[in-house]
Amino acid sequence: MKHFPPPSVETPPAAGGADVHAKSPSVQADLRPEAPTKVRRTIKYESERVKGFGREVMAVPGCDQLVRCIQCGTCSGTCPLSVYMDHSPRQIMALVRADFKDEVLRSNSIWLCASCYACTVECPREIRITDIMYALKQRAIKERMYPKRFPIPVLAREFTNMVSKKGRITETLLVMRLFMKANLLAVLSSWRQGIGLVRTGRFVLRQERIEHSAELAAMLATTDTQAEPAPKNNQEAA
Amino acid sequence: MIYSYFPGCSLKGLGRAYEESLLPVMRHLGVELVELEDWNCCGATAYMSVDERKACVLAARNLAIAEKAGPHDLVTPCSACYLVLNKTKHQLQDSEQMRATVQTALDTAGLTYAGNTPVRHPLDVLVHDVGLDVVKERVVRPLTGLKVAPYYGCQVVRPYATFDDAWNPTTMDRLLAALGAEVVDFPLKTKCCGASLTGTLPEAGLRLSYILLKEAKRRGADVIATICPLCQFNLDAYHDKLAKRWGPVRIPTVYITQLMGLAFGIPAEELGLNRCFVPMEPLPAAPAPAPA
Amino acid sequence: MHDPSNNGDVRIGFYICHCGHNIAGMVDCPAVAQYAARLPGVVVSRDYKYMCSDPGQALIGQDIRDHGINRVVVASCSPLLHEHTFRNAVEAAGLNPFFFQMVNIREHDSWVHTDRAEATEKAKALAHAAIRRVRYHRALQTTKVPIHPDVLVVGGGIAGIHAALTLANGGKNVYLVEREPSIGGHMAKFDKTFPTLDCAACILTPKMSAVRAHENITLWTYSEVVKVEGYVGNYTVTVRRKPRYINEELCVGCQECIKACIYKEAKFPDEFNVGLSKRKPIYIPFPQAVPQVVVIDPERCLQIKTGKCKRTCIEACADRQAIDLTQKEQVVQVKVGNIILATGFKLFDAKRIPQYGYGRYPNVVTSLELERLVTSSGPTGGEVELRDGRTPKSVGFILCVGSRDFKTNRWCSRTCCMHSMKLAQLVREHTGADVTIFYLDIRAPGKGCEEFYDKSLKDGIQFVRGRVAEVTDWALTPEEEGKLVIRAEDTLAGVVRRIPVDMIVLAVGMEAQADAQQVRRLFNMSCGTEGWFLEKHPKLAPVSTFTDGVFIAGCCQGPKDIPDSIAQAGAAAAEAMALIDRGYIEQEPNTAYISEEDCSGCKSCVPLCPYKAIGFDEAKQKAVVNAALCKGCGTCVAACPSGSIHQHLFEDDEIFSEIEGVLAHA
Repeated sequence: MKHFPPPSVETPPAAGGADVHAKSPSVQADLRPEAPTKVRRTIKYESERVKGFGREVMAVPGCDQLVRCIQCGTCSGTCPLSVYMDHSPRQIMALVRADFKDEVLRSNSIWLCASCYACTVECPREIRITDIMYALKQRAIKERMYPKRFPIPVLAREFTNMVSKKGRITETLLVMRLFMKANLLAVLSSWRQGIGLVRTGRFVLRQERIEHSAELAAMLATTDTQAEPAPKNNQEAA
Repeated sequence: MIYSYFPGCSLKGLGRAYEESLLPVMRHLGVELVELEDWNCCGATAYMSVDERKACVLAARNLAIAEKAGPHDLVTPCSACYLVLNKTKHQLQDSEQMRATVQTALDTAGLTYAGNTPVRHPLDVLVHDVGLDVVKERVVRPLTGLKVAPYYGCQVVRPYATFDDAWNPTTMDRLLAALGAEVVDFPLKTKCCGASLTGTLPEAGLRLSYILLKEAKRRGADVIATICPLCQFNLDAYHDKLAKRWGPVRIPTVYITQLMGLAFGIPAEELGLNRCFVPMEPLPAAPAPAPA
Repeated sequence: MHDPSNNGDVRIGFYICHCGHNIAGMVDCPAVAQYAARLPGVVVSRDYKYMCSDPGQALIGQDIRDHGINRVVVASCSPLLHEHTFRNAVEAAGLNPFFFQMVNIREHDSWVHTDRAEATEKAKALAHAAIRRVRYHRALQTTKVPIHPDVLVVGGGIAGIHAALTLANGGKNVYLVEREPSIGGHMAKFDKTFPTLDCAACILTPKMSAVRAHENITLWTYSEVVKVEGYVGNYTVTVRRKPRYINEELCVGCQECIKACIYKEAKFPDEFNVGLSKRKPIYIPFPQAVPQVVVIDPERCLQIKTGKCKRTCIEACADRQAIDLTQKEQVVQVKVGNIILATGFKLFDAKRIPQYGYGRYPNVVTSLELERLVTSSGPTGGEVELRDGRTPKSVGFILCVGSRDFKTNRWCSRTCCMHSMKLAQLVREHTGADVTIFYLDIRAPGKGCEEFYDKSLKDGIQFVRGRVAEVTDWALTPEEEGKLVIRAEDTLAGVVRRIPVDMIVLAVGMEAQADAQQVRRLFNMSCGTEGWFLEKHPKLAPVSTFTDGVFIAGCCQGPKDIPDSIAQAGAAAAEAMALIDRGYIEQEPNTAYISEEDCSGCKSCVPLCPYKAIGFDEAKQKAVVNAALCKGCGTCVAACPSGSIHQHLFEDDEIFSEIEGVLAHA
């Protein structure tokens, strides 16, 4: 939970060396925060923990090393998206271990993960953080706990639908479906991209598909009938 | 030399210039790429976010098809496909349960998976199999005076750094040097471009692309060379939005194979160079041909 | 073959100990005693509450005298605890102590089982086995191995120096061998030491001088041990003395030769200043070097390499004529009884973590490099400077570089938190710069160390808890231009930060020396999995090794600070002195021996011995066991194809009878 005053003053490099800090007097703003009429009480009770959640996440293959996390913060330090997350990757790991399932699955953090694997490669405990993020994404989708009309999980869902049915994706069609489902207005702001794609011949409207799509569908369906892998006993420590 | 070839959905769509430049360049070097029959989408990062086992089955189908196609290594240019296919191989190696799940699925199609097809990246093949000496020999139009920032992106070097270093990879740098180009020191060469977030969460995703373009330009690069279709799109297609939010920065981004094609004397139109949003300046006047 | 049962000679006394509740809680001791009483050969069978106590031992003595007991079996705890106690009791009563067999019914039975009936049956089986076995025990004698009074100390750092001085002050003759041209080790490179901020040179150099002056210490610098033969109390060590090309007896350290050297400018990297300055081919390592003798680097000296030099150095030393360019290496042999290894550590190579920019960005330095900058006798005269000579206005310390990291070294290097805070305080003092320490934990145990942490806070040093992800030189905001930027999550404040600094100091971890494996083989020792020399027991015997007579002290055993190194050095010296003053060690007789007529000379056993205790007599073409080195592991006994190797206390008849005893009960 970040309780910091106004966002940092990040300025783009000014062309011609103009003093980017100068503001004209007419827009001199009063930067003081609003009076706190409402205060929020933040305390976590044991009853809010979903006991076993952490163990379940760690039972996913590759995620068992989480038990050795020393909360060093290297993952957050190297993650390019951590500055946008409501909980940094390190905080997510702490919350997972402490069984605060709701906090974790409702956060935007897991969706902002771009799977760049920088954290996984840098972690001094060799914890596969990206894989844990994937496991959390899967869980959030399975339990329908992701933010409403949030483009990222919507994209994931549309992607899988298209692949499951057609075997391949056609990017332009996928993006159009995403806009329709998540944010129709965004189409308007992306008109330049659309025109550019047409101009450069990258705008494909014909749906790519495979020949044996029924076969693929049958293959994917076999996983529905199989039992979930049993959670491993994670008692052994370092 | 012959390899099986998995293009991936993007190389038939937004990233078609990659395939358009890859195939003639490989042919020029005597490498035959045989496209897999009826390959399906690898699943990329999206399928893995929804269902792990299905994602594994999806990728494994391609690996099984590759195995059926013959004892050749499988080359896949798209970084996401490269990562997913390699990750699936690791998962199947490490987990007996996953192997069983996948085999059950493959059985319905009469396919098997034995795990003995290596999944390679074109950079790996070019530098280690073909060899930089051979590449140098084929250069008729050295890229002298062209300052190139090599940009690898994330998924080719992380988490499986099989053919290059994860922090400071140099295969593309060396390849560019073999083409005669001036390689710009680019410490952000493995920083994430924003991936699909440039579309779904532009405020975050676009900024990552912006930082890359800004720094490449600041270091004097004329062009950025990439090996991933999503990186190319992100760095190429959003200049208007970047200018509006943070400031103008105009530098073209092309595929390494397109630069290779130019160096080999293949005409620019045949390399898909007209597909860039931000066009690359034509090469400076050709120097006198190198003595034979 | 010895089988006294034939003439009814064997009279066995069996004793089972209750050990309070430890054994009696699970094993029915009286029942076992009754069972044992009925076995052949058993004359006396008792159960008692505490056999190891005085009355318990007295019972044994009493029965030996009153009932003519000539074999004793005690069923109680682990032999590691009380075998010695009971053997002494047996010996005190006039019986050979090796007519005793101990049965472990505590760790092997009572403590690991939960069913009383089954545990009691097992105790009976074990007792039966021992009773059958002890019948075949032979009378054996311990051997006394004399201890040569001289000691070899390898390594002339603070630990080696202290060990040598302690022994020498105790009247022992010490050979101190050091690889570098001067003693002093890493401590000689430090400016101030934590937590007292004592000047390192001021507290070290008196000890260095004392070493030089001590009549009982033979100091051989620029020398290495190349061969070690023998065993505890009787080591023959071969030392190779590298040529300095200077006659140590004649040189007075005036350094005129260095001034006169044909190289007017120093050109070669100075090892003592970790490459931050240059030296000439003829040099003295540092001003307080001991011995205060110049040394010539044969790789760099023009005369030695090409033969074409004006030899101005020799001219400059005309009156003493101490320079001898024809000097050859000398090989000397000494006999010692004990060896102390104090070979120290090496620092982690920061280039292995490219994310921190060491070797790429000139103003990223290691802690030792900063230490040299801060020292007034260092390359910059004590000025903390950037590579271009400017004074830094902001400095960032990155901790745990190559420590606590599964990808490089897993261990904590123990001293870096403290020395980083020390350097931070010194940097603030010297430059007034803003200093930030990026840490995972601040580890400050030890006397005065927590106060030192508090002082660091009072000095205005910023502490950011967050392991640094990367160091970059590209800017996102104007204040970052031209600086090195550290990106880390300030985990306590809960936010990711970018902090621009002028200079970055990497607190590199400690590692075992690069040649630790070669050295440990030389001295017949082991290394642990982390590469440090292995102590005999991590708690109870931190300075002993599994090789008797070889001790370890200081950082070669594991990362530690100066007080702990000195403490270990003193401990190792005391262990050595204990052996020397007693004059001998008693060797357990459970050694292997070779029946000469049966030995076929196949040499299968020779390479198998982990203690190199088996030699080969070329004349007789027979293998020979050196009982002083033998530890009784039994490997050769099992391996010998012709069955000609036997082991005292583990003879075939003893082992087979034990097996039969267990089976008989089942």
